Amino acid sequence: MDIIITICSGFLLLVGSFLCISGGIGLLRFPDFYTRMHAVGVTDTLGAGMILVGLMMLSTDFLVFAKLVMVLLFTLLIGPTTSHVLAKAAFHNGVRPKDSNNLEQSKEKENTSSIL
Amino acid sequence: MLIAATLAIFVAMILAIIRGIAGPTLYDRILAVNMFGTKTVLLISLLGFVMGRPEFLDIALVYALINFISVIGVLRYSDTNQFKHMPTEDKSIRKEP
Amino acid sequence: MKHTISLFLTLAAFWLLNSGHYSVLVLSLGLVSIALVLIISHKMDVVDQESQPIYLSTKILGYYLWLIKEIIKANITVVKHIWVGEKSISPTLKKIKISQQTDMGKVIYANSITLTPGTVAIDLVDNEITVHALLSKDIESLEVGEMDRRVTLLER
Repeated sequence: MDIIITICSGFLLLVGSFLCISGGIGLLRFPDFYTRMHAVGVTDTLGAGMILVGLMMLSTDFLVFAKLVMVLLFTLLIGPTTSHVLAKAAFHNGVRPKDSNNLEQSKEKENTSSIL
Repeated sequence: MLIAATLAIFVAMILAIIRGIAGPTLYDRILAVNMFGTKTVLLISLLGFVMGRPEFLDIALVYALINFISVIGVLRYSDTNQFKHMPTEDKSIRKEP
Repeated sequence: MKHTISLFLTLAAFWLLNSGHYSVLVLSLGLVSIALVLIISHKMDVVDQESQPIYLSTKILGYYLWLIKEIIKANITVVKHIWVGEKSISPTLKKIKISQQTDMGKVIYANSITLTPGTVAIDLVDNEITVHALLSKDIESLEVGEMDRRVTLLER
């Protein structure tokens, strides 16, 4: 029984680590601010979730388990809030997505360039 | 596996700090610092298990909340017209003539 | 009244799980702190349906299970595009109409959009939501309205 739990938690930790590193790579590779934000979203939701669930399987004490659940809940509540506030602040202060494919975009680009 | 996960989180933090130093706009930097903070929470929880001291989880909880409040604080400041009328490329440190 | 009880239970669970010491002194200190928080939040007039949405508690569980499934699918897509490279992505910014009436429904919908990697809700004005997506496909699947329909079902 113990060996199954160890293997499961090891697998979850491995996948979580892979997702976190992928998020970091995406943060470096993607071309502009808004696309980078999606890369950070990966590490905030499933990356953190997988690692914390993997740790929950290893915990023997109930209090430790409860605290890990609390950390997970806080992460899931905080992640979207900060992303939204960050996107809103950037949008209202004139950062525009680079090459998005819609009509509204060209108009806004002109506005931004007139501000500059 | 715990140690491997810790090292992976370290790598992710280093990538975040590179973006924080390189990032062209101010918001890239705030994004990188936010990601650095959330990864620190994971790192503290993992270190608690590696060292066999689960009390570290209390620190992780507090760190998550402090990280949230600091990022929201910086961004509330950005609503007060301080960041507006500033070029999107980061020139927050201006040299006085 | 039921909102006060729900807040009391939440705070008590928070104290008991975080302290880990169950002597009489610590427990009575916890009771005093909970009473203080309850008094202050009553004076601030924040104990109501908005801060304690207990009418949601029966339906929200099924919704979150569905949302977790969606989050896992979206994560796989985004990670794939991270490793394939920036040629394969098509960032899109678009305004989407939403059908929720209450503030709570709107917030749940916007929060779910942001929680799913690949889409971020930037602005929410009246019943229009500005969404930035990594792929134009994601915007299309939002416009089809599966998530919108499920959140609207929560409101009733």
